Amino acid sequence: MTREVLSQHIQQIKDEVLLLGSMIEETTLHSIDALKQRDIEASHQIIEDDILINEKRFAIENAIIILIATQQPMAHDLRLLAAILEVDSELERMGDYAKGIAKTVIHLGDAEVAIPMHEIESMAEKAINMLHLALGTFISENAAQAYQIPKLDDEVDALYVKGYRLVVSAMIANPSTIDHGNYLIWVLHNLERLADRAINICERTVFIATGELLELATNDEDDSEAEDGE
Amino acid sequence: MNEFNPSINEIGVRKLQLARLSVGEGEPPDLDNLAEIKMQTVDLDFYYGKFKALANINLSIQARKITAIIGPSGCGKSTLLRGFNRMNDLVPHARVEGKILLDDQDIYAPGVDVVDIRRRVGMVFQRPNPFPMSIHDNVAYGPRLYGINKRSTLNEFVEKSLRQSALWDEVKDKLDQSGMSISGGQQQRLCIARALAVEPDVILMDEPASALDPVSTLKIEDLMQTLKLSYTIVIVTHNMQQAARVSDFTAFMMIDENRAGKLVEFGNTPQIFTNPKNKQTEEYVTGRFG
Repeated sequence: MTREVLSQHIQQIKDEVLLLGSMIEETTLHSIDALKQRDIEASHQIIEDDILINEKRFAIENAIIILIATQQPMAHDLRLLAAILEVDSELERMGDYAKGIAKTVIHLGDAEVAIPMHEIESMAEKAINMLHLALGTFISENAAQAYQIPKLDDEVDALYVKGYRLVVSAMIANPSTIDHGNYLIWVLHNLERLADRAINICERTVFIATGELLELATNDEDDSEAEDGE
Repeated sequence: MNEFNPSINEIGVRKLQLARLSVGEGEPPDLDNLAEIKMQTVDLDFYYGKFKALANINLSIQARKITAIIGPSGCGKSTLLRGFNRMNDLVPHARVEGKILLDDQDIYAPGVDVVDIRRRVGMVFQRPNPFPMSIHDNVAYGPRLYGINKRSTLNEFVEKSLRQSALWDEVKDKLDQSGMSISGGQQQRLCIARALAVEPDVILMDEPASALDPVSTLKIEDLMQTLKLSYTIVIVTHNMQQAARVSDFTAFMMIDENRAGKLVEFGNTPQIFTNPKNKQTEEYVTGRFG
């Protein structure tokens, strides 16, 4: 086995990606918990800690650029590093979604508003599960599994629609809650986008394995232009 | 995971496009639609005495493109390259089976003028090897050999060739100085000018920059991009990054179980270096060979 230096560096970068992924899972769960508890203090902490995610993202990006410049990776190695650059960015944006949810908690304050907590918790659980599976298949470069994960998005989308209708119904019933209801729609939206970005990770897994850039969308809707997350 | 077993269509895979990266200008060459094949090997075997050095090589060289031949030491790259202008004829007991075509003409067929083949298929070697004569006479050597003796015509050949090899501006005031007196990089470009002076179709380059410093190396590489507008270039190089930088097509060779050189994979250079189809190519270009 030659190229041990390159292989070691790639393994270290993969480990860092997994670490970044677990940071995203954790901050997302914290943000949902903060929403459930209406915990303003915890929300401020989540917003503050987002910088750690950003730093980790840039550290990974920097390590890859150095590796490309110094080790001249080719073929599979090159595809892997290019894919990690993309996944690195996806994960960072997922972190922004959790930060966006924490901001919502602060906006809501202690206002009386009906939160579809069951749908939100279920969405978070399923979206995080998708992220977890997507990162697992990404690191193990298992394209066959990567093809299957997008199917899970249908459940997240169904919960999004259900939660959305509950919030809109509440707004119609009590127009004074429209501002707050709007924030809650952003929470739903952020979780829905989190799941979409997990699918993007699956696309990169396929790219590493086959060299082909595919779109593994479950439907034709592309709401990326509408995304914000913060 | 197993409860989900959708087909690709069920989950709505939409194939976008293959990653297409190009090292040269415009689109990478289309392998299925080669515009013009300049040289071609057909079921080529090559022997040094009883030793089979090349086995069943089928390779097409496209006109006015750069084809790189890469592979580990001893895989037959240089043997194949030297076959393209019958330089191997000089090796005792060397023997060819199969064909090497130049514009559909078998260059090993009986009655073929070897000198004419070597004029049409020039060669640049690893180490610059200018003749021990002036810069002018180095370039004029070939044309003189072909009977051109008129001073003004020879001067035209010399200037044109030196301009084509991007050396003219550096040597135009010292054409009567020895070809050995200039730098290594300049000497190599002088050798390229010498090859160009006999107006070849194809230029073979055997590790043309391996003895040069990095700046001279890049000058040679830039020069190749200019030359390919008019000439077909085949380059053998150990430097994979160089092959990736300069070539349009890449051929990867290895030795088979009988230690004969074989062609493992041939493809567009971007494809070979980003997504090779063969596992051995993958191992070689990622540096994990052996």
